[in-house]
Amino acid sequence: MRKLTVPISEADIRALRVGEAVSLNGVIVTARDAAHKYMIENFVKTGGNPPATEAALYQELKKVLAGGVIYHCGPVVQQTDGQWSFVAAGPTTSIREEPYQADVIAHFGVRAVIGKGGMGAKTLKACQDYGAVYLHAIGGAATFIAESVKEVLTVYKLDFGVPEAFWVIRVEDFPAVVTMDSHGGSLHELIKEQSAQKLTELIRG
Amino acid sequence: MQDLTEAFVELIRRASTQLPADMERALRKARDQEEPGSAAQGALDTILKNVEMSRARSSAICQDTGTPIFTIHYPLGVSTRALADQIRRACAIATERSYLRPNAVDGLTGKNSGDNTGEDFPTMHFEEWDEEGIKVDLILKGGGCENVSTQYELPNSELDAGRDLEGVRRVVLDAVHKAQGLGCSPGVLGIAIGGDRGTSYLKSKRLLLRPVDDTNEQPELAALEQRLLEETNQLGIGPMGFGGKTTVLGVKIGTLHRLPASFFVSVAYMCWANRRASMRVIGEEITYA
Repeated sequence: MRKLTVPISEADIRALRVGEAVSLNGVIVTARDAAHKYMIENFVKTGGNPPATEAALYQELKKVLAGGVIYHCGPVVQQTDGQWSFVAAGPTTSIREEPYQADVIAHFGVRAVIGKGGMGAKTLKACQDYGAVYLHAIGGAATFIAESVKEVLTVYKLDFGVPEAFWVIRVEDFPAVVTMDSHGGSLHELIKEQSAQKLTELIRG
Repeated sequence: MQDLTEAFVELIRRASTQLPADMERALRKARDQEEPGSAAQGALDTILKNVEMSRARSSAICQDTGTPIFTIHYPLGVSTRALADQIRRACAIATERSYLRPNAVDGLTGKNSGDNTGEDFPTMHFEEWDEEGIKVDLILKGGGCENVSTQYELPNSELDAGRDLEGVRRVVLDAVHKAQGLGCSPGVLGIAIGGDRGTSYLKSKRLLLRPVDDTNEQPELAALEQRLLEETNQLGIGPMGFGGKTTVLGVKIGTLHRLPASFFVSVAYMCWANRRASMRVIGEEITYA
């Protein structure tokens, strides 16, 4: 298993191939549907000139996302004496972010996206163009994965709701598998093609 | 009638944190059948470890604690309005205790209600029955697998699927192929044949309450369940869509009367985290299964 430490260098990303197991260490940030829409509207479409109310968050996100990692996850959280912790935190379905992900990778210099189910052609191309990978975590393994979330550093946009907020977390030995690499390889495309052939056999005889 | 709010909280806790024994057995069997050292076996190992940890810590198996779908059987004279109030209150308490993630957002604005209650949320179906006491079945149905659930209308020329069991077989295979790993395979399929669009979907979900390893009482449906179980697994999609021998753990088929003009086939795809629990109340005694 290859160990990756955030921020991740382009060389480390280019060395990864589909099928490789990795363990991730460092500070990452959760973002899903509302967060991606927000980033596109406020940061990408404005060419990096967000409205004044969003400028401070933009600076914070730039720091954590340069060479950083986005995790498609809406956690179950707990707050004790003001300190948040993650109770259950598996990945959510990534394909919903397909319209946004490539632009977010390009804009912030994101090196890895963690989720489940894989992503499409536009994201795969962004992985090639900018040196990024898609990491697949085990869907539903929420208590197990929450074990590797050692600390919740902060949360942004909690008004989006708990699942949709940006949670900045420190992870140790977060387990995932590379299913889309920076060389155009996608396990999801491969399985889809192979199963399509089998489907045709089963239906047409 | 006694206040059952805390009993409903316990029902939710059990559903969210304890995978039913039949599901766990099916996952273990699947794990042993996958190639040693494969990504498929690795995924199932992680899943099984997670199931054990969640049960031991009373924490959610999956962070998407889903739509809570309650089916309540009650005898004559019980107030369904009182039960509905208690169930809604129980959902809010279970959210505070982190058994549920705040999962109900406004249909239009997306604003989270914060406590798993809202317009028609949680889902409740009330049915009066002749037996003693109350029985409540709960399913927690996650969003990933709900998004790949689907409905076909037969005939379907694209799949050359007619209005017969062969047609049903073809559209179900197509649905599982389209789902790939997105519904958190290995999944369980509830398949309703007939009804209108609404009742058909409802029935497909209710079939998920059947034990994963039971056998359909109708021989022709039992045969199709077995055949679809084998054939969906031949697709090779595997756990999480990583490729492998296990794509589906169970197939459950049921029928409804329909209009002559309509022939719907609804496929409820349930993820491996097939969270369901039941509760029976007779007098003061409350039991769970």
